[in-house]
Formats: sequence, C-alpha cells, structure tokens
Amino acid sequence: MAARSKEKREIIIFLIFVIAVLVIPLFLTGSYLINVFVFVGINTLLAVALNLLLGYAGQISLGHAAFFGLGAYISGILTTRFGLDPWFALVIAALANGMLAFIIGFPILKLKGHYLAMATLGFGIIMFIIFNETVSITGGPSGLPGIPNIQIGPLIFDSDLRNYYLIWIITLAVMLLSINLSQSRIGRALRAIHDSEVAARVMGVNARILKVQIFTVSALISALAGSLYAHTMTFIAPASFGFNFSVELLTMVIIGGLGSIYGSFLGAAILTVLPEFLRVLQDFDIIVYGLMLIVMTMYMPGGLISGLQQIIEYAGRKMRQKGGADAAG
Amino acid sequence: MLRVDKITKVFGGLTALEDVTFTVKKGSITGVIGPNGAGKTTLFNIITGLYTQTAGEIHLNGKNISLFAPEVLAGLGLVRTFQNVELFGQMTVLENVMVGLHTKSRSGIFSCAFKLPGQRREERLIRERALSWLAFTGMADLAHMQANNLPFGKGRLLEISRALAVEPQIILMDEPAAGLNSRETAELAVFMQKIKESGITIVLVEHDMELVMDICEEVIVLNLGKKLACGTPRQIQENPAVIAAYLGEG
Repeated sequence: MAARSKEKREIIIFLIFVIAVLVIPLFLTGSYLINVFVFVGINTLLAVALNLLLGYAGQISLGHAAFFGLGAYISGILTTRFGLDPWFALVIAALANGMLAFIIGFPILKLKGHYLAMATLGFGIIMFIIFNETVSITGGPSGLPGIPNIQIGPLIFDSDLRNYYLIWIITLAVMLLSINLSQSRIGRALRAIHDSEVAARVMGVNARILKVQIFTVSALISALAGSLYAHTMTFIAPASFGFNFSVELLTMVIIGGLGSIYGSFLGAAILTVLPEFLRVLQDFDIIVYGLMLIVMTMYMPGGLISGLQQIIEYAGRKMRQKGGADAAG
Repeated sequence: MLRVDKITKVFGGLTALEDVTFTVKKGSITGVIGPNGAGKTTLFNIITGLYTQTAGEIHLNGKNISLFAPEVLAGLGLVRTFQNVELFGQMTVLENVMVGLHTKSRSGIFSCAFKLPGQRREERLIRERALSWLAFTGMADLAHMQANNLPFGKGRLLEISRALAVEPQIILMDEPAAGLNSRETAELAVFMQKIKESGITIVLVEHDMELVMDICEEVIVLNLGKKLACGTPRQIQENPAVIAAYLGEG
C-alpha cells in the first residue's frame, strides 16, 4: 500500500512539473528569457546524465563536457559537410558516443576515486585538443558555423519558442526514464555500488558491467544534449566544451543534489539563470559560484532538493508543535 | 558441499595461508577459529572470490569455483557477511534486502527505464519477497528506516537478512557476534539454528568460543596460515596442539 501511494505521489509531482514546463513560455512571450530556458533544458539533460553516473553509481567524471562536445561536433559535421538530416545525425551522434563510452568505460571504470577523476579529466582534455586542432574537420578554435535547424516535415525549429518545446519534450522524457530507472532494481544496484561495491558484488551485482552500462547511458544522453545544442545554436566552438564546463556540470549536480533527478533540474536552472543576473559583476561571478559550492557542501551536503525537504519537514514539525501547544494552552 | 583443497595465499613475502584443506558438510554449521592473524578472513575472501589464491582449488557441489567472481558465486548460492558490517548505508532497510534479490530478477536498464510490464511485475515480487524476509528476521517494523541509522546489532541482522534474500545454499559469516552483547549473541545463536533448519549451510569465523562450541558441529582451527586441527567442538577443546596455540607453549 505504501509503495502504491508513493508511486502515485511521484506521478503527480511529475505531472505538475510537466505542466509548469509547458506553460512557462506563456509568461515569457517576446522575452529573451525564453532563450535562457532553452539552455536550462539542455543543461538539465547534461546534469541528469552526470547525476546517473555520479549521484547514483558514485563514479566521478571530470570530462563530461567532452561527450557533450562530441555529440555537438558529430551532429554539426554530419549535417554541414555531408548534408545528413539533423535527426539522423542526432541518432548517429548518440550511438557513436555510447559506443565510445562503452569501449573506454571498461579500462577507465576499473579506477576508483581520484584516479578515475584524473582519467576522465585526461579524456576531456584530449577531446578538447582534438576539437581545437583538427581544423579541417571541426573548424578549429574559430568554430563550425551553418549547422541546420532540426525539422519535422514543414516545421522548422528556428525560433526560441519552438526550440524550447522541442528540447523540453526530450528533456522531460529523459527525466521520466531516469526517474523510472532510479527506482528499479538497476537503480538500487547502482546505489548499492555507491555505498559498498564489495557488498554489492557479494549480493550478485555485476558492478563492473553495470558501471560501464550507466557510463554508456550517461554519455549517450550527453551526446543527445550536444546534438540539440548544435542544431539550436547553429554554431559551435570548442570553448563551450572545455574543462570549465565539465566543472560547471559537476557544480550543477552537487548544488541540486546527488541522486535526485529534480535536483539536477534545479542545479541546472540555477547555474543557467543566475549568470543573467550576475552580469553586473562581470568576471567576478565565478566568486559567487565558489561561495555557493562552499556553503552548499557545508550546510546542505545533500544538495538543494534534500535541503528544501528538510526545511519543509522542520517547518511542518514546528507548526504541529505550535498547534499542539496552542490546543494544550 | 564446499571443498577447500590445498589453498595457499602469498602476499608479497608473507604466506597468509598454506595448504589449507577441509570440507563443509551440507546442512551443517562449521566454525573456523584461530588466533589473530591466523588467516581466517583471508580464507573467506578467497572462498568468496574477493581475493585470488596463489594455489589450490575450491569446489562447490562438485563444481570448481576457484576463480569465480563474487557476483557469479552469489548466483550459485554462495554469500557472505562482513566483519565490519557492509550495509548500503544511504538506502532503507527494505531496499538493502531488495538488493539481495538482485540475482532473482532479470530486468535490464532498458526495461527498467521504460517500466515494461514484466519489470513492474518483477518489482512487485521483489518488494513482497524482501518484506517477507524482513518478517522472517523480525525487522519488518524497521523497513523504511535508513540503514545508517540502525543500531549496530540490528545492522548485523540486516546484513544476514540481505544475505538470506539471495536464497543461498551456503552462507559465510565473518565474526557475526563481534560487537554484540551477550543477549544479542544468544539471539544470534537461536537465529543461526533457525537458518540451518531451513536447509542453509553455515560457515562462520568467530572469536566467541562459547558461541562456536555451542552451535558448531565441526570446528576448523587455523594457526599462522596452517590448518592446526579439525573435529567436533569436544575434540578441539581437548586437542593439546590447539591449547598450546591459544595459551602459548609452556
């Protein structure tokens, strides 16, 4: 019974979230903020992807911007140089990334802790150099222009509003699938690996394969975000896919809450919207992120989502106590 | 049922185990005892596939399992508990036991993400069976508590519940009574008899001699990596070599 009612509550929360996402543009007609919310969608995809790996399986990646970039470049190159349909390019980009992650996952994910961080960092840097140096293919530091928009029949996704709906429908679908996954036997096995890999293995969880699988899924989603980014922006350059962005993704996941899909949205939203309001600080905005990360890890190590839950529960207890005291008095 | 054949383990220059041979009878409780550093935990780590032995073979029901990984052994019905209680701390008590049912379910990433009908059915079944295991171990009222918040004794019990959920043929317990008070140890002894009666073979490493002599049918004594003696508790208690190893040769 408890399981049933919990499931119902989950569905209601998700539906409220979907409705909120769908109606937001109505309040933002003509505003540049709609464009910001397009990026919230893309960053949510990326944060969810990284969270599956870091928040659930407990495996760090400091190179996730590389998968994002590779997705963007494969999509960009296939459409501009080979004239492929963007949808087709998107699927190829996702599959190619998944395959790459599967192949490098076996040796890389044998490593633990700092060593895994270093290996993924190395991977990110190698990819960044490739984006920059293979000028004849990627356009190098000056970027790759003229990437076509995604098209469904006569409908071309060339405006912010259209892209908003395109990207958010995909993001919502990925969020739903990730929530399902996190509550299944696979999700439990991943969290078990996170807490004690040895005990998980003794219980019959094939930790090695499962880590590679979730790494593959994570890379695949990141590539999907990359493709969508390329076809929305119509221009890409290596600077968007460097180490800084990997760290930014990590910050989104940690601020939002490890192991929470909605937390990933919250983290992505904050780190995407905040810069718009921090423009006045110019280059000093990085200080605000640093402070946020310090404050979060000190006072809300579970991230904003669990912090909010705790505050609500605390307020609820206080209210009840007060109510009880009033009734007694 | 379990046959350990001339197991040797060398760590660098240190021989932790040397030619250790014994068999465990089906449906029995076998104790492995020995002074600190005798190689008991190393032996368990080798049997359960966490370490690889330098030489020797292990057979489970006639099958050579010498080089099998722990996750494969779980599928064959061999599980263990740990000396320092290895729980999934961030998960609830119920979820811990549900992980124990991992080998009893099949749904992959794809069917879990899309919640295919077979996966939903399986999920319900996992939940029901996990709850019934918690009822068996008397932990049903703690089902939704986070495992980290359990008192130590309950943590031990949860680890055993989780191992039982694998529906093992044989369960290896590494010092199950360590850190328990005398009342909890007595409860544990009763509980282990109950597990044995359900047809599961138990091997335990234990320092609590009273417990070992009380519930074990067969005792194996290790000392400095070698098998010193084996036999019934009474035989062991009267064995002069064992007495010498424990009390020091005088």
